[in-house]
Amino acid sequence: MRGESSEQVLNGQKIFEELFIIEGGNFNKAGEVASRIKVILKNMGIPDELVRRAALVAYESEINIVSYAKQGYMKLTVNPDLIMIESIDEGEGIVDIELAMQEGYSTANDRIREMGFGAGMGLCNIKNYSDYFDLRSKIGKGTYLKMIIESQQKNPKTE
Amino acid sequence: MTLQDVKDILDAEMIVGGDKLDMEVKTAFGADLMSDVLAYAKAGSLLLTGLTNPQVIRTANVLDIAAIIVVRGKKPPQETVNLADEMHIPILCTKYILFETAGRLYQKGIVGCVEKVQSKS
Repeated sequence: MRGESSEQVLNGQKIFEELFIIEGGNFNKAGEVASRIKVILKNMGIPDELVRRAALVAYESEINIVSYAKQGYMKLTVNPDLIMIESIDEGEGIVDIELAMQEGYSTANDRIREMGFGAGMGLCNIKNYSDYFDLRSKIGKGTYLKMIIESQQKNPKTE
Repeated sequence: MTLQDVKDILDAEMIVGGDKLDMEVKTAFGADLMSDVLAYAKAGSLLLTGLTNPQVIRTANVLDIAAIIVVRGKKPPQETVNLADEMHIPILCTKYILFETAGRLYQKGIVGCVEKVQSKS
């Protein structure tokens, strides 16, 4: 599951990066990467609420990769200003992004639903919990998701 | 109330986390749909569910759920128990159905939790 991690200093800012590989279709392992990201962020001393939001968006996107793609990657980048999670998969792609973003819309099969997912909440949830969210998809190629959680909260999103 | 009180109110069996019986809990969320749990449940709440696969533990871990109450007399499989043990998330099993489990806890002061983040647009 773990890829390479690196820590570098750029313009005086410390930047942490780690790449994770996610196996499509393996529901037994679904969530391992999100749990790992949570531990990494906690060990960095990042406030609980930010760790929780980052783990949540990572988990939702991990479930999406496991559910819909053969393989995918997740990249975690942390600098003093933000936590960025990028998820890249080699799946079928999303035909209609606007439709996929609608609460309740889902193309999940029975196996996904048996695990307690596929209610059409995932992407909305990711958007709600991120400060910045970008979704790009190419039919037959895959999907790219970028989620940013800002460390300095200008507009706190949770009550 | 404490997790010990929850255990007594529900005549529950402690499967994982016997060392956490003095933990304080105030809120709960009940659902079999993890998608909804992820969208609404608040940190520190009890999760009442009839689902027993390992994703329940993963979901609880991500959300900082205090403890899981498995309802309808179900018993979680070993892989779920192992993961809960590893992640220090208590599991209690009760014979009551979700409705009655919620009702018993509500009667004794546990309230529901909803965390809905503000929409961006």
